[in-house]
Amino acid sequence: MTQQEALFRFAVRMGDNSLVLGHRLSEWCGHGPQLEEDIAQANIALDLIGQARNYLTYAGEVEGKKRSEDDLAYLRTDRDYLNVLLCELPKGDYAQTIARSFLFDAFHLPLQQALTTSTDERLKGIAEKAVKEVTYHLRHSSEWLIRFGDGTEESHSRAQVALNDLWRYTGELFIPDEAEEMLAKAGVVPKLGDIQKEWSATVGRVLKEATLNRPADGWAASGGKKGVHSEHLGPMLAEMQTLQRTYPGVEW
Amino acid sequence: MAESKEEALFQEKVDAEQKIEPKDWMPADYRKNLIRQISQHGHSEIVGMLPEGNWITRAPSLRRKTVLLAKVQDEAGHGLYLYSAAETLGIGRDELNDQLLTGKAKYSSIFNYPTITWADMGAVGWLVDGAAIMNQVMLCRTSYGPYARPMVRICKEESFHQRQGYEIMNVLSHGSPEQKAMAQDALDRWWWPSLMMFGPSDADSPHSAQSMKWKIKRQSNDELRQIFIDRTVQQAEVLGLQIPDPELKWNEETQHYDWGTINWDEFFNVIKGNGPCNKERLTARQKAHADGAWVREAALAYAGKKAKKKAA
Repeated sequence: MTQQEALFRFAVRMGDNSLVLGHRLSEWCGHGPQLEEDIAQANIALDLIGQARNYLTYAGEVEGKKRSEDDLAYLRTDRDYLNVLLCELPKGDYAQTIARSFLFDAFHLPLQQALTTSTDERLKGIAEKAVKEVTYHLRHSSEWLIRFGDGTEESHSRAQVALNDLWRYTGELFIPDEAEEMLAKAGVVPKLGDIQKEWSATVGRVLKEATLNRPADGWAASGGKKGVHSEHLGPMLAEMQTLQRTYPGVEW
Repeated sequence: MAESKEEALFQEKVDAEQKIEPKDWMPADYRKNLIRQISQHGHSEIVGMLPEGNWITRAPSLRRKTVLLAKVQDEAGHGLYLYSAAETLGIGRDELNDQLLTGKAKYSSIFNYPTITWADMGAVGWLVDGAAIMNQVMLCRTSYGPYARPMVRICKEESFHQRQGYEIMNVLSHGSPEQKAMAQDALDRWWWPSLMMFGPSDADSPHSAQSMKWKIKRQSNDELRQIFIDRTVQQAEVLGLQIPDPELKWNEETQHYDWGTINWDEFFNVIKGNGPCNKERLTARQKAHADGAWVREAALAYAGKKAKKKAA
């Protein structure tokens, strides 16, 4: 793998993580538990889709085959999507949505912070904008997780169930693939081990305040980062890509 | 009926174009009429999120997805402003919500029509938001201050919504034959329901005369509808699309377009609940509210615990 290929894979993964999670959050629009949350989740989804556009545009340039952000988003099958499994899981109930966002945001923020010192100018530029956005995302998901944990018996139980179910998907966040190892050595991206320490500290602090138990580490699901996904991504992409697939090659 | 002294003063103020504010004296019917109108307007924004929300996950490019999501988000914001305006008249948000969910309060019937193709996102922005703007521009000068003021911002956002709708139509109507057919089909389906958005003819509009006297409304349903038609016909020409009205014709004498007849049976039928999506829309709102109950309870319980800790 050349460094250019590694950079392409990394940019695609960052884009896919944001796009797939943004898509899932956008499914709440019009159906949220209260109006203010419809607005907040739409905001977060907009940030994430905006980040995805930056990353996929950059990935297309790095690759040098003239693929646009839309070519990459709409004309790849799930086997070429490189996002982590955590992002593609169905939105579930609001506890699952919040718990998933929290577990991802707590990883996403230190990652973006570290990327602001990347030796790659473009990754650095994207991260500088993203840090502000993701800081808000983490605040939003933490606050709600704490409300659920320390709210009612029902909300506590729903939040705990969500955490227990999602925990197995967190291991994959920190297992570097060949591209990430190569780029970390070159100082382009951080070591995922360092991000894991920060993630773990944030998770510990928030779960404590939320009076929720930290699930035990066990078997970790993985595969998303190399394009082997859960059964959920295919249908999501089928829906997302329907117009581009039905009417190929036209402008929208 | 003899006017009371207070009522005479109130009307003087309205006639002098001074805004009525929440603490001012107002006739009970003025308050009632405004609550009805503002809450209907707010409910329309909230229910209006559904037909367009239907395409967020299928928008054909990342740019279109972003714009559509932002637009639907704006509508949630408009709903919030309008509910706040209604609250200044002494009705609570829970009561407003109950009225919507039980079907006691109405919302704009246009949202009971289905959005079945991507071109509907264009037609809804261009025609539905276009018609809504006509009403809302007028409402920037409505006599009740807390209703007039948010309208200024809402109108700015709505005009962006209309432009993005028109832009979708423009791309489609200049695209492939299939895209052009999609655009024409959307115009065919949305044209008449959009004209119905202005409400019954002046002669059959139960609240109109009083609302005009109180300057809640400033232009009649028929006046606004005619301005909308005159403007939109020209826009359709630029798109190269046919307005589905064989009687549509420029009238040199009146300097307006003559046009056909609205199917008022359909209009009153959809209001009564017999539209293609009345049930779906209400069910979606009821489900969101019911599924979200434990979330709102948790937020309240947590806030209560926090307040207690702070006091201790």
